[in-house]
Amino acid sequence: MMKEISITIDGRQVTAAAGSTILAVAKRENIHIPHLCHESRLEPFGACRICIVEVKGARGLQPDCHTAIKEGMEIVTDSENLREHRKFLLELLLSDHPHDCMTCDANTSCKLQTYAYEYGIDLNRYGGETHPFEKVDDINKLIERDPAKCILCGRCVRICDEVVGARAIDFVNRGFKANISAPYNVSLLDTTCELCGQCVSTCPTGALTEKMAKGKGWEADFKKVRTTCPYCGVGCVFDLNVDRNGKIVKVTSEVGSVPNNGNLCVKGRFSYDFVQHPDRLKKPMIKKNGKHVEVEWDEAIAFVADKLTAIKEKYGPDSLGFVSSCRSTNEANYVMQKLARAVFGTNNIDQCARTCHAPTVAGLAMAFGSGAMTNSISEISNVDLAFVIGSNPTEAHPVIGMEMKKAMRNGAQVIVCDPRKTWMAKHADLHLPVQPGSDVPLMNAMMNVIITEDLHDKEFVENRTEDFAELKDMVLRWTPERAAEICKVPADDIRKAARMYARADKAAIFYTLGLTEHICGTDNVRSTANLALLTGHIGRESTGVNPLRGQNNVQGGCDMGAGPTGYHGYQKLSDPAAVEKFSKAYGVALPTNIGYTITDMVEKAAEGELKALYIMGEDHLMSEPNIKQVEKAFENLELLIVQDIFFCETAPMADVVLPAASFAEKDGTFTNSERRVQRIRKAIEPIGESRPDWEIVCDIAKQTGYDKMNYQSASEVWDEIAELSPIFKGISYERIEKVGLQWPCFDKDHCGTKFLHEGSFTRGKGKFHALDYRPPAEEPDADYPFYLTTGRILYHYNVGTMTLRSVGSAQKVPECFCEISTADAEKLGLKNGDEVKVTTRRGELIVKASVGDRVKEGRLWMPFHFPKTPANLLTNDAFDNITRTAEYKVCSARISKP
Amino acid sequence: MTATVSETKQEQKIDLAKLEDVLFHYRGFRGALIPVLQKAQHAYGYLPRPVIERIGESLKLHVSDIYGVITFYSQFRLKPQGKYVIRVCRGTACHVKGSQTIAEKISEKLGIELGETTVDLNFTAEEVACVGACGMAPVMTINEETYGLMTVGKATEAIDGYLEKAGSNLHKE
Repeated sequence: MMKEISITIDGRQVTAAAGSTILAVAKRENIHIPHLCHESRLEPFGACRICIVEVKGARGLQPDCHTAIKEGMEIVTDSENLREHRKFLLELLLSDHPHDCMTCDANTSCKLQTYAYEYGIDLNRYGGETHPFEKVDDINKLIERDPAKCILCGRCVRICDEVVGARAIDFVNRGFKANISAPYNVSLLDTTCELCGQCVSTCPTGALTEKMAKGKGWEADFKKVRTTCPYCGVGCVFDLNVDRNGKIVKVTSEVGSVPNNGNLCVKGRFSYDFVQHPDRLKKPMIKKNGKHVEVEWDEAIAFVADKLTAIKEKYGPDSLGFVSSCRSTNEANYVMQKLARAVFGTNNIDQCARTCHAPTVAGLAMAFGSGAMTNSISEISNVDLAFVIGSNPTEAHPVIGMEMKKAMRNGAQVIVCDPRKTWMAKHADLHLPVQPGSDVPLMNAMMNVIITEDLHDKEFVENRTEDFAELKDMVLRWTPERAAEICKVPADDIRKAARMYARADKAAIFYTLGLTEHICGTDNVRSTANLALLTGHIGRESTGVNPLRGQNNVQGGCDMGAGPTGYHGYQKLSDPAAVEKFSKAYGVALPTNIGYTITDMVEKAAEGELKALYIMGEDHLMSEPNIKQVEKAFENLELLIVQDIFFCETAPMADVVLPAASFAEKDGTFTNSERRVQRIRKAIEPIGESRPDWEIVCDIAKQTGYDKMNYQSASEVWDEIAELSPIFKGISYERIEKVGLQWPCFDKDHCGTKFLHEGSFTRGKGKFHALDYRPPAEEPDADYPFYLTTGRILYHYNVGTMTLRSVGSAQKVPECFCEISTADAEKLGLKNGDEVKVTTRRGELIVKASVGDRVKEGRLWMPFHFPKTPANLLTNDAFDNITRTAEYKVCSARISKP
Repeated sequence: MTATVSETKQEQKIDLAKLEDVLFHYRGFRGALIPVLQKAQHAYGYLPRPVIERIGESLKLHVSDIYGVITFYSQFRLKPQGKYVIRVCRGTACHVKGSQTIAEKISEKLGIELGETTVDLNFTAEEVACVGACGMAPVMTINEETYGLMTVGKATEAIDGYLEKAGSNLHKE
């Protein structure tokens, strides 16, 4: 704890921690002092001088943002003298600022305007030369720059540098000609700019505004609806700004909001326009004579309920499959699994975590007892060492990426294990560009070093873990030299990584799909758990194992029991007490046989055993590996129901298409990566006749005559979820009105759980697993000599239905590409931007070559967002032996000139 | 100031190898940017974009950082200078003696604004504050050569000489 000292501020005697700025104390005391260049997300800058205060005995006036308090300091924040000074500064600024507030988009949100009014300034006090700046002519469709309105406070430059780490813009020129610009005054699209709009969010004037919101209204006119971002698992909280016509005009996020503190990425801030896109589905459709025909809801619901019932009666309940969605709310996932289990009597319910983090849920549950991120996002900036493996946070989880950058600025060391040279890899203390699929040998060798060099936490191993002997036996066989041969990284780098990780105090592992999407996905996950258990790096603040969840609600999808093995809150089918509890609650005898995973459902459809499939918010013909096989399997179905916000790639095959409302049109909750249950709120009316997922599902249940799904609101669904699960029991809509709560939250007085496994693991003791290397299902050979890996990019999201309909993202990256090393490109005579044909045993695609040093020789990388060139035509339908998650991260390929 | 196609083509030919010694020398130094830029400008005559990018890579600085520094200091140039740099003194004494007319004439003759360089890269014409030879006002310099007691006629004559020397056909256009 910092020493408390006492000071006097505006006659009030107060105490505060030594080292605090006057600003911090004033803020706490609710004393209003004007600021232009200061923002709490940034380091103090002291440029605008408008925040000057009087400090008794000090020479001159002091800027409050930059002056630390001292014992006995006497501060005056408002006086005639200060007002004169501030007025003078404002008048100088306004002498060279257009006085066009009535046509400025920043009107009512401009700080300069507010202070000009507050201080009663004279607009024509100073004449003289003014800047001839014109609006910057930039083709980017998101951010407008008007240097004439810039007051050179530098907030945009600093947020781009300090928070985002992009540093796309800076001060250029000198003196009167000074302004803020991209180098060479090029378009932001041609710089390191990530189009996140953080600069717009911090600009105190109208110098930076949003093009899409231009002329659509002023801040004061908008209704702000607090909700949660529908993209990745970070779960940023933001406000949808809705105009008088009920249209979303822009997205803003309040500084101080949890977990993102007002920070957003390009998708969160700008890619909301999909909501109001003309392509949205507006009416239910039934396929009649091979054509989709629009019908009324009554007809669609009756059709679905009757067909499902008929198929169940004819072939038995397990001929039905239900696919829920991690894009949708907890409430929708919950009712979907209830529909499958209680109404149709099958455990054939799964969701898209199968394609991503199922190995996390399984692997971490085996090791620790629960499968979720052990720490919180707010703890990231305090880690001493981050071991980032199979994860590209600056693109896939940008706001978590920002927290990691903050940690790096605070001095944290970073080890990145990734076959590609990502931003993190480039800036890491150590980068291990391992061969795809060689993570188990790498981590075994790290543990070999840790044990042989006696760096493990013996007390922790002794008291809190089991099966150490088996682990030791296995890893001692994995010397760094042996692993180096498989991993293709130097043995000494493996040693270095092991020592760095073991010796750090607060060491945290962060991983994503680079670990899970392998035939050994669950092994990879358990290896991270082994590392943490061996070194005791778990169960403490900023220390643990952190899977960064891919989708907005993939944590929630897993939590809600939308899986074939158990009910929500991780209550297992294998536990007879749980089956009894839910049978009683749902009023029917529930099935006890384990259901099908998504992977199983596709295979059973191919075999003709699965007859009907109800898909909510998923797009199998984009997201599953080896799409052609999936298509063949679906042809066998007697009934395919697709419920989506767009006519997705799977929809053409569907017998019924049900239009769902998007996140902006309904109430509910999402659970983010750090287990925080957060509200989403209805901001606009549903587009067309679309309806919230949970309502559609409940209507189908009602149609069949089931009477225990008659909810009046999403909140009522949640209350049932909380009632039936101990880990959610303490969470209610009232309690998460302002800030979400992190499960487990056992009762109304429990404040949620910031980090897991303190003192003991969910399963009691942490369990080591001895794991051996299993090579990828397909490795390069003479015919297909390259490794092909697929993944996500910053500007797009998963199957692309949303971001490809967002103007900003679509402009920045309009089409698919394949990353190829310079050496391989030269061998083929390929240049950057040339077309290249990528072929695997399953298909071929022609895409643009992106030549550079991101991938090493012999390796290729492609994003999977683009329906016109779906990378999953190429991927291998080989699966993790435990969770049946596909090996999207490795297959073999060849490239040629088309 | 947007890079034109011709500039880009020209810059593709830049030999970055000349830079490596300088970068090696300043490896790991904090605050090395300005001396590195000075040496690079000495080697290339100006600071081409590929050179700036390479310096950024080596010093772990963003291009925007370096660009900000370059545009702050008048000593750094983003465009190549001509083979012959004509500086017309615009100090007080020269101004009184009519240097403005001389400057205008030179600009007109070379077909460029002051501060610019001819397309054939032979001439750069600029104004400077004072060259310290007020006794000979009005004064201009061409590279190391100083020309005093200038008139419009004498200036034109001097430049004609250099045009011929450079084999430039500017004046015929």
